[in-house]
Amino acid sequence: MTTEPSVVEVVPAIQVENLSKRYGSLQAIEQVGFSVGAGEIVGFLGPNGAGKSTTMRILAGLMPATAGVARICGASVAWEPDVTKRHLGYMPENNPLPDDLRVTEYLRWRAKLKGVHWRDVSARVNAAMEACDLVRKARRRLIGTLSKGFRQRVGIADALLGDPKVIILDEPTIGLDPHQILGIRRLINNLRGRMAVLISSHILPEIEQVCDRVIIINQGRIVASGTPDELRREFMPEVTFTVVAEASSEVLKAGLVAGESRVRVVDRGAAAGGARHLQVVLPAGSPLGGELLQRVYAVCEGRVRSLHPVQPSLEDIFIAATRRSWEVVAEDGTNRRGEKAGTL
Amino acid sequence: MRTFRILLWHELRSLAIATPTYVAAAIFLALMGAMYFALLKEAQVATLDHTPVERFFQLFALPLFFIVPLLTMRSFAEERRQGTLGALLSTPVRPVHVVLAKFGAAYLLYVALWALALLYPAVTWWMLKGLYNDPRLLALPALQGGFLFIMVSGLLYIATGVLASSLTRSTLVAGLLTFCALFFLVLLGSLLQQVPFDAYTWARWLEQPAEYFNTFKHLDAFTRGLVDTRPVFLFGSGALLALGLTVLTVESKV
Repeated sequence: MTTEPSVVEVVPAIQVENLSKRYGSLQAIEQVGFSVGAGEIVGFLGPNGAGKSTTMRILAGLMPATAGVARICGASVAWEPDVTKRHLGYMPENNPLPDDLRVTEYLRWRAKLKGVHWRDVSARVNAAMEACDLVRKARRRLIGTLSKGFRQRVGIADALLGDPKVIILDEPTIGLDPHQILGIRRLINNLRGRMAVLISSHILPEIEQVCDRVIIINQGRIVASGTPDELRREFMPEVTFTVVAEASSEVLKAGLVAGESRVRVVDRGAAAGGARHLQVVLPAGSPLGGELLQRVYAVCEGRVRSLHPVQPSLEDIFIAATRRSWEVVAEDGTNRRGEKAGTL
Repeated sequence: MRTFRILLWHELRSLAIATPTYVAAAIFLALMGAMYFALLKEAQVATLDHTPVERFFQLFALPLFFIVPLLTMRSFAEERRQGTLGALLSTPVRPVHVVLAKFGAAYLLYVALWALALLYPAVTWWMLKGLYNDPRLLALPALQGGFLFIMVSGLLYIATGVLASSLTRSTLVAGLLTFCALFFLVLLGSLLQQVPFDAYTWARWLEQPAEYFNTFKHLDAFTRGLVDTRPVFLFGSGALLALGLTVLTVESKV
């Protein structure tokens, strides 16, 4: 017997429909639409000035949209800000914090502001500090004396207070060292299934490892949305192999491309011990994997050092998606975003 | 109300740990002490129309021009410079709560500083009562009336400072704006009264508004024990207007 999903499960944690924001003559975002399900972790990517922070600030209720609807847990951000803000934990870009407060004092104050009952304040603050590994090293320190990494953790601990259903983190890993990034990644991973998380970041491998789904925005419009695998299929459909073999590039090229015009071979230069480093790009859905291996073996007379598939990174997808959107704008012959587009 | 209380407590705490608060308090109390001492010396050698306490209040504008900017200039300018205002407003807090809390904290501190300054006449009277028991030395009605005027007019002056602070990210610019605005507000009525409106038939109607805006006239009435509702309305409505504009500014400039 199947059970009907409850209303709470059906309502997306974040729902954005046709959201537009204009600053004077500058169209910051236009007709942006996406949704984030409960417990889902979604990456929000885009170049500088693409409209990520604008969208996030609208969702946080800090600025009104020019048009469109934004909902948090089904409540309209514009019409029910008190409701949406109770469901939301927001860490703004650059994570501004008051320097003259101690970490516990700041978090206790924020917990009270977020409506946490006075009896629960200590427990909630301790839980957030525990989750962000602040208890031992930073608990009683002045925020102004904290390192960048600890400040980011304080910002995330603040977002976690009040047990919100939605967390929006604007560039949470900016300026952090690899150890700190690892810590933040672990922390965000722990939120999976409990809270819906929308993260913007420039560190694309970071997003790929943490997020269930990715939304790419460019020039104020959503240009791609889906899981990393879906985006790979859409934007980088070719299958790429890297081959290191002891054969001249000409022989390899001739042997590999013969009879198959859709195969591209790119010579990446010499490898150690007189071998060549080649990249072979096969068309989408190509069944040539096994054949290629046989052919390389045949051409190189068995002197193959390595052969392995190369999966396009999120960085490649990001570049492909943003390039495609620029090309579309260029083909339109109109520059919607005026001066801003010129700077991108 | 709970949100306002939390914010007000936080603001009071922030003021209590901020260096400018202590600088302002020290300068204010030193200046008020010096002024009262000078007034006592003056009263010693000359017969005056006013008691030292009344004269003390007549000079209220002098410390006002620096104490209000020092107490209010950081309120929004600093938050906007650091970017913490956005983070604050992403919680279930309304701009009106934030504005009222910042105003309330600065106003309470302003009134507290004046209350401390009024200890000078009280202490002087207490110390001298055995030697020189002149009731004019304390002049309780003038003291109460003057303090009431400080409380009522302070509503407008502090609200003006908070408004100026919300207009800029620079505390220095906020302080200068407040200084200029206070200069205008305090001296406007007195300056208008210097204009010979009665010389022009078409401008005679301006005499009454000019008198209404004369701060010192209201102060004089208060220190004589005459509490009129018109200045209460003037300063109260002015404060509400300034706070309303501050809320609009905060909403539009987060």
